[in-house]
Amino acid sequence: MAFIPHTERDVAQMLAAIGVSSIEQLFEEIPANLRIKSLAGVPTALNEMEIGRLMSARAKADGRPLCFIGAGAYEHHIPSAVWAITTRGEFYSAYTPYQAEASQGTLQLLYEYQSMIASLTGMQVSNASLYDGASAVAEACLMAVRANRKSKSQRILVPTTVHPHYRKVAAATAGNQGLRFEEVPYCTAEGRTIVEALGKYDGQDISALVIQQPNFFGVLEDVDALTDWARARHIFVIAVVNPTSLAMLKPPGEWGANGVDIAVGDGQPLGVPLSSGGPYFGFIATRMEHVRQLPGRIVGRTVDLSGRSGFTLTLQAREQHIRRAKATSNICTNQGLLVTAATIYMSIMGPQGLERVAAASHARTRELVTALSRVKGVRTAFTSPCFHEAVLLFDRPIAPVLKSLEGHGVLGGLNLAEHYPELGPALLVCATETKTAEDIDAYARALTEAMKAARAA
Amino acid sequence: MGHQVMNEKVIFEYSQPGRGATDQWPQAVPEATDVPAALRRRSAPMLPEVSELEAVRHFTRLSQLNFSIDTHFYPLGSCTMKYNPKACNQYAMLPEFLARHPLGPESHGQGFLACMYELQEMLKEVTGMQGVSLTPMAGAHGEFAGVAMIRAYHRARGDLARNEIIVPEAAHGTNPATATMCGCVVREIAVGEDGDVDLEALQAAVGPKTAGIMLTNPSTLGVFERRIEDVARIVHAAGGLLYYDGANLNAILGKVRPGDMGFDVIHMNLHKTFSTPHGGGGPGAGAVGVSARLMPFLPIPIVGKDGERYRWLSEADLPQSIGRLSAFMGNAGVLLRAYIYMRLLGREGMAQVGEFATLNANYMLARLRTAGFEAAYPQRRASHEFIITLKRQARELNVTAMDFAKRLLDHGFHAPTTYFPLLVPECLLIEPTETESKDVLDAFIEALVHIQREAEEEPEHVRAAPHTMPVRRLDDVRAAKQLDLTWKPKPPGSTDPSLAELPA
Repeated sequence: MAFIPHTERDVAQMLAAIGVSSIEQLFEEIPANLRIKSLAGVPTALNEMEIGRLMSARAKADGRPLCFIGAGAYEHHIPSAVWAITTRGEFYSAYTPYQAEASQGTLQLLYEYQSMIASLTGMQVSNASLYDGASAVAEACLMAVRANRKSKSQRILVPTTVHPHYRKVAAATAGNQGLRFEEVPYCTAEGRTIVEALGKYDGQDISALVIQQPNFFGVLEDVDALTDWARARHIFVIAVVNPTSLAMLKPPGEWGANGVDIAVGDGQPLGVPLSSGGPYFGFIATRMEHVRQLPGRIVGRTVDLSGRSGFTLTLQAREQHIRRAKATSNICTNQGLLVTAATIYMSIMGPQGLERVAAASHARTRELVTALSRVKGVRTAFTSPCFHEAVLLFDRPIAPVLKSLEGHGVLGGLNLAEHYPELGPALLVCATETKTAEDIDAYARALTEAMKAARAA
Repeated sequence: MGHQVMNEKVIFEYSQPGRGATDQWPQAVPEATDVPAALRRRSAPMLPEVSELEAVRHFTRLSQLNFSIDTHFYPLGSCTMKYNPKACNQYAMLPEFLARHPLGPESHGQGFLACMYELQEMLKEVTGMQGVSLTPMAGAHGEFAGVAMIRAYHRARGDLARNEIIVPEAAHGTNPATATMCGCVVREIAVGEDGDVDLEALQAAVGPKTAGIMLTNPSTLGVFERRIEDVARIVHAAGGLLYYDGANLNAILGKVRPGDMGFDVIHMNLHKTFSTPHGGGGPGAGAVGVSARLMPFLPIPIVGKDGERYRWLSEADLPQSIGRLSAFMGNAGVLLRAYIYMRLLGREGMAQVGEFATLNANYMLARLRTAGFEAAYPQRRASHEFIITLKRQARELNVTAMDFAKRLLDHGFHAPTTYFPLLVPECLLIEPTETESKDVLDAFIEALVHIQREAEEEPEHVRAAPHTMPVRRLDDVRAAKQLDLTWKPKPPGSTDPSLAELPA
């Protein structure tokens, strides 16, 4: 069961070569009192047919409801070729390309990925990935503190409109090194950060400002004004962006007069399934002048002994296996396989395909918002333009309504009560190109009934 | 054997304006009028414009330039490159699992949550720990969670001076890097000549500032830390906690548990011991396990069980948690693969893993020593991996560990880990894993013997290896000095000199 190929004869020959009489003897250096007595808590083995049956039953129990939740994880169409190639053993079962000559496939793919991310974000360089969007924000904050030599404070401004989980991960990760995160409130009518809210920081030592575009509500921030405000004060700008949106929206490298310093985000929308939250991957891109402050792996193109073009891991002097306690990060393994999927996805979709995905997702969300805000007791929350996600306000508590929608096979969105109680009953909804007019109709009908039932109750 | 792919253009060089996999595109929609012009993108991103077949062919060819477990023996020490069963991938990728939104209701996730809960329980059992959180996304991420918990524990007790993490000099680079990320100070201690921690050095290092010690056992030297109970006693007596780096858990799976050795917190590399794929550099999964006293500090979310219902535990349930380390719950799909692997092995398979991993390593070590190779720790039993040192070959023949490693590629074997641990000069750290047969091990040993003979007779041939790979040795200095990190379109009419030299 443990995929062990040894025959009895093999074992006998091997023990003889070692000069011991049993496998047990190989463990003689382990104190006897420490040896395991039982593994009763682990069930007995299943064969592949049995595990297949068990997993299929569990998957079926979870079902496939019609899902209108976004909030940092987005359902998009994924071409069949993406995972057919990604799960080829040569990609799936290889490791970090330490032996460059035997890993040119992975290395070249990473170089192509870095090129695509740099172009998509409008930045000059990208690394080979981080764990996810949230941890990428944390790494970007640490990087900004290292790279911003004009600031000593380690104070980071983070608008409330940044994904609440990203804010928590940044605090849990970077707080240990003394970084302090200060929340910038938003305008509750517009659903976005206004530059005036930053006025109180004028003249203070601030290391970086984080700006998410579109923000957690799907609302478009005034990225030019925010970027210019920060950069005029030697405050680093960290952009948090949705990669699909970048086919339609201005890339961080072009925000304001001179672009941002660091752009990060979650790469999940690029060919990675929702899969309960992971594995996804984080991307990080920056200006060439900060390349030595990037965390994680970076691939470069060079030449071999014959002058032939080839690819290798480079700038390794930043990394933990060389610099140990002085490394830019402790990251080692990152999310190579997801980057493989994303690179294939971006290649198949191309610039026009990705632009179509962005435009269709945006159009579907507008249709959804129009349909749902016709339902009695439901209205849109904000006046500002959005991208492919929006907040709706309800005249009654959200939780029972969502429960009732579930009964119709619809996951209606994310209840904002926990993270944004100041909005009152509010729901974050999202539609992508995967939703049809019929799906949107089905949601609107279910919501009409759910609201009717709620009023009657 | 068919044609071997030796080089492949960069995908952008296939690009033709106007070409595309149009069947994959959604229907065009009228341009959105609600997005202000100032916020719009002005020029299209540089993504390839290729047909679906061109993309499929390109990436399939790239895959063929890789060594992998599925195609080659991959004895990369400390990485546990064992077979990744196909069933683990197949059943983790059932459509319902792939479509499940991370913020979807628990009512539509009982099947998934049941797998996660049972995975937590099985990991507790095989490690002897009291609580498990699955959320860290890699080994180093698990290390971060572990050291952050150690800090939180001392802080909660008002013991604010404890900020030193003791790390043996042979440790993985991630250990000291993690301690720094957690805001701690690293204190390295010596390892004795027999490969065990120097207890006197440890005794001298501990004190009122000791937050804890990070240990790998078996250590990165490929030997079991025999006095682990003394280490635990010394560190605990000084008020510190013990962190277990699970990189080498495969060596002892089913034989001995970190919890029984006295460790307070551990991380497990599920992509090593529990056979989830390495994916060309991730995703991993670095679940953490803790003793009772650290349970309040576990990172969230964790899966709990009320009666027959599974549910997420969050801040409300664990107010002292070190917090959230990933946007959602970590690498869920990797965790599903580990769950399937553990169920396939069951308790009987689990007990065999450490045994056969150790048998394979000791067999290789014995045969290589017979063939004249020098073991770094000849007086010790190997764990699941071992070190040979080629310092004599480097000195006498001017053929280094790197040269041996590169020449192994020509023999169709991925190289072992080279030049790690840093303590042993000219070393190869070799980890065969339990899923390799004696025949493969024998062939690898023969290859090393062959290379040794070649090093004596034709050393320049070994020094120039590899000879049969898609590229020869690469100029790493140039890579770091003349940075070329993204592809740029060439001006019309120019040719790339490096490509022009390609053999026909």
